[in-house]
Formats: sequence, structure tokens, C-alpha cells
Amino acid sequence: MLNNYNSMAQPLWQNGPTPGAFYNFTGGQQQTQKLPKELTTAGPFGTKRSTSSITTGSSVLGIRYDGGVMIAADTLVSYGSLARYQNIDRVFPINKSIILGGGGDFADIQSIKRTIDQKMIEDQCYADGISMKPKALSSWLTRVLYNRRSRMNPLYIDVVVGGIEQDGTPFLANVDLRGRAHEDYVVATGFARHLALPLVRERKPKDRDFTAEEASELIRKCMEVLYYRDTRNMAQYTVGVCNATGTTIDGPCKVSENWSFAATIKGY
Amino acid sequence: MFRNQYDGDVSVWSPQGRLHQVEYAMEAVKQGTATVGLKGRDAVVLVALGKSSELSVAMRKIIPIDEHLGIAIAGITADARVLSRFLHSSCLGYRYNYNNVYPVERLMTNLGNKMQCTTQRYDRRPYGVGLLVAGYDQKGPNLYQVMPSAVNYNCKAQSIGSRSQGARTYLERNLESFLECSNDELICHGILAIKNSQPIDKLSGEQEKAAASSNITVAIVGKDQPFKMLSEEQVEQYTKMTNDMGAAAQPQPPINPDDDDDDEDGRPPGALIEPEDGGAAEPQVGFALMEH
Repeated sequence: MLNNYNSMAQPLWQNGPTPGAFYNFTGGQQQTQKLPKELTTAGPFGTKRSTSSITTGSSVLGIRYDGGVMIAADTLVSYGSLARYQNIDRVFPINKSIILGGGGDFADIQSIKRTIDQKMIEDQCYADGISMKPKALSSWLTRVLYNRRSRMNPLYIDVVVGGIEQDGTPFLANVDLRGRAHEDYVVATGFARHLALPLVRERKPKDRDFTAEEASELIRKCMEVLYYRDTRNMAQYTVGVCNATGTTIDGPCKVSENWSFAATIKGY
Repeated sequence: MFRNQYDGDVSVWSPQGRLHQVEYAMEAVKQGTATVGLKGRDAVVLVALGKSSELSVAMRKIIPIDEHLGIAIAGITADARVLSRFLHSSCLGYRYNYNNVYPVERLMTNLGNKMQCTTQRYDRRPYGVGLLVAGYDQKGPNLYQVMPSAVNYNCKAQSIGSRSQGARTYLERNLESFLECSNDELICHGILAIKNSQPIDKLSGEQEKAAASSNITVAIVGKDQPFKMLSEEQVEQYTKMTNDMGAAAQPQPPINPDDDDDDEDGRPPGALIEPEDGGAAEPQVGFALMEH
């Protein structure tokens, strides 16, 4: 490009081969691979990679019960230690049989949600009665997130995917920024992983699944504990429910705060 | 009809609004030996007749693509190989990403889009192979007929290849009973259909019968039945079963070769094609599964 004295001139022809190069008939093999974003030069606003999160959502908790799944997350998106956006739904209905709860960098959550929404529109365009199921979505998310982390340009998110499978069985999984995925009757991200998981596991009946009332009660209790102990949480939360009749997002619910016992606490 | 000035390029329309090159490509399908596909309530069966020769092994007519999908080919085998490679990698990619089987209807849409490119560019030619695609997914059993014109037909039963008109007639006559058939009966119907596609003199005498059965390949896919090609012994068992089923399907009187031609644009008879409706899933009824 150094010899390109006239930068205003149009190229001799559009979309064609440079003289002496092979003409790639479209429909054959791709000759040149597009460079991944990470290897292209920096744009006007800096690099195209990031391994830090800026505006973050905190914990997300998911519980699977006999009739479906529930996913709960508080409505706070923090800017570091500032409680910046206090009324954000972090649980999303994806389609009639999937709900998604997003924690981690919220811009990345919105970005992946946009891609997922496009997939749902694709499904609608096919109009063949086949809609995506939660296991398929969680598998796809795992592939995408693992691919991004392998390119050292992760989507800094920790999501809970849940819903009802084709045959009516509930499904719940957690996928994180490294492409680690696992499926269980209770999954959580962020601080809930430390505070809520042991609480729920302790209360799990050995021989059966939770009922809807038990799951709902557990969510209420865990959100309360998380509000008291996690400094990046708020007293307001939303709960997504997915069962055989469809998906709904209930909320915002408020944690019943009671700080009167605070005076009795000494130490931790 | 066959020599005119509008058939030099696939990108040239004739004054009657026809693409002659695409129609010539459809003739390539009739060069292949007959194959039959039929759909029951819970399963789809493919039966193919191999070209018999003393010197060579019969060509592979049925190709498994995935656990839930397989194809039977008629036409240029090299083109069939390219298409089956595309189907393989599509199904594998879908499994890798979504941990699930590729819905057959969507796969056929994508295959159709790929094949259509070749009918619209001056520097490509249509694929000279017809496929019968048998698959089982969440919507139930699927049977698709894919032609070089890039049109896909969702079929209840179909037969393509040379001398397939006899098989088609048999399938049309017995169409009503397929939904109530067990998997075994479905296979027998398929074998009888393909026997109907052979010239009548071949079916006389035990020797010819034995030779014919050794040239038949059978495959089945369905509910709780991954795509499976039957072994020679199993095919012989079913052929014996069809002989016992008896004269349910008398072969047609000697066929006029012109009968092999479909209507001019190769559209299959209406009875065998599924209507283009919303496609409610058929109710799942428990049927005796194959013992094998």
C-alpha cells in the first residue's frame, strides 16, 4: 500500500482476482480463511481482546424440580464495587422450553443472547414445528465458549441454562467462560456456588426430586442468604420458571430483610 | 425433443420455460438400477437392486449417513459420493454442536439449497444422481426423494432408477396398508416392490430367484432402530418370507419401455407424495420391533 499514491482512486474492478491470482469460483472450496479477530490489527478503540469484565452480574441459581426448572438472579448489574444498574432482568426466556440466567460480564451476556435470539428466529423461519431444546442450546454454548477461550478472547460469562426436553424431562446445566459445562439438579454461578449449593444439596431428598413448592422455598431462602452475605447482591430478584405449560419470568421479588439480629453477631 | 438450440448451457431457458440441461440430468437417474423406499408408522425401509455381473462385486447402493439417516442412490456414483460426504459432515457437525440428531427436513432443505446452485451457474452442472433419503427424527419417520433438479419430495413411498415404474405401481396399490405394517412386513413389501421392477422373465425359475435375491440390499431405520443394513442371510430370510406372502403382488405383464418415463418434468405420481401441510406428528403406536 506504500505505492498507493492516490488513495481516492477506485480499484480497477470489484470482487475480482488480482492479476495473476487464481479466480475462486464461488461454490468450490474456500481458498483463504478469514483471519480471526484476535490476529487482526487493533481498532481505533484499542485491542479486540479482553480478559476482564467491566459491568458484571453476580450470582445465578438454578434448581430442577419434578415438573421443570427454576432459575433465579438478582436485578443488579455492578460496575466494579458500584451498584450501578439496579433494575435489570438477568433471567431470560429463550423459547417455550428454555430459560437462561446470565452472570458475569453483562455486555457479553447481551451479546450471546442476541446470537441466541437470532437462532430462535431461524427456528421460526424454518416453521417446521421443531424448536431448540435446552440440552442442544447448552451443548452449542459450550462449544462456542470453549472456542472463544481457546482463542484467548473469552466471553466472560457464567450462565445457567434450563428447560424441558422433548420427552418432558427437565434439564438444568451450567456453562462457564472456559467452556466447562455440567448438568445437575442444582447449579449456581458466582457467590451462590459457595453459599447456595451446599444449602440446597443438604435439603435434597434422597429418593426423589424437589417439588415446585420446595424449589420455590429454597430459592427464596438462598436469595436471602446471598443478599446478606454477598456484597455485590441486591434485595430484589427475578425468578424464571419453565415447566410443561411454558416459560414465565416472575418478579421482581423482594428479599424479606431483617437486620435486627445484626447487633447480636460478633465476629463472623 | 432432445436436440435443440437451448440445451447447451444450464443457464439457458428454452422458449417453453424449461431448463433442458436439468431435464437431461434427470435422465441420468434412470441409468441407475431401481431402488425403493417406503415409510411405515415407526420406520422407513430402503431396498436397492444391485447390477449383477459375474466379474465384479455389486456397487454399493445404500449408504449409511448417521445413526438416524441413510440414503439409497441411483445415477452417477461419483456425484452420490460427494453428496453423501456433504450429508455426513452436516450430520456430524450438528451432533458436535447440538448433541442431537439433525432434523431430516432441515437437512433436506440445506441439501436442496446446495444442489440448486448447480442449476443456476454457467460453470457448474447439476448432480447426476437421485437419492432416496430415509431418516427418523423427533417428527417421526421421513422419506425424501432428491432429484438433480434440486427438488425434494417428501414421500410416503417411492421408487427411482431404471424400470422403477413397476415398483411404483406396486407401492401405490399397497400404500394404505403400510401404516399398519410391522417392520418385518414393511421389509417384505419393499422386497416385493423391487421384484416388481424386474422384467417378468427373470422371475421364472429358482436359479433366477436366487440370483435376484443376492443382488438386493435392504436397510431400515426407525424408532429405537438405528440405521442398519441387513446382512445377506437376513435378506434371504426376508425374501423367503415374501415368497410365503405369496401372490399378493403379481408382477406386471411385459413392460413397454416407454412406461419408464415419468411425466416430462419427472414429477412422481401424486399418491406417493406427502401433502404440504403443517405436518402434525403421527401418533406413536407400539409395534413389534425387529428381533435382529
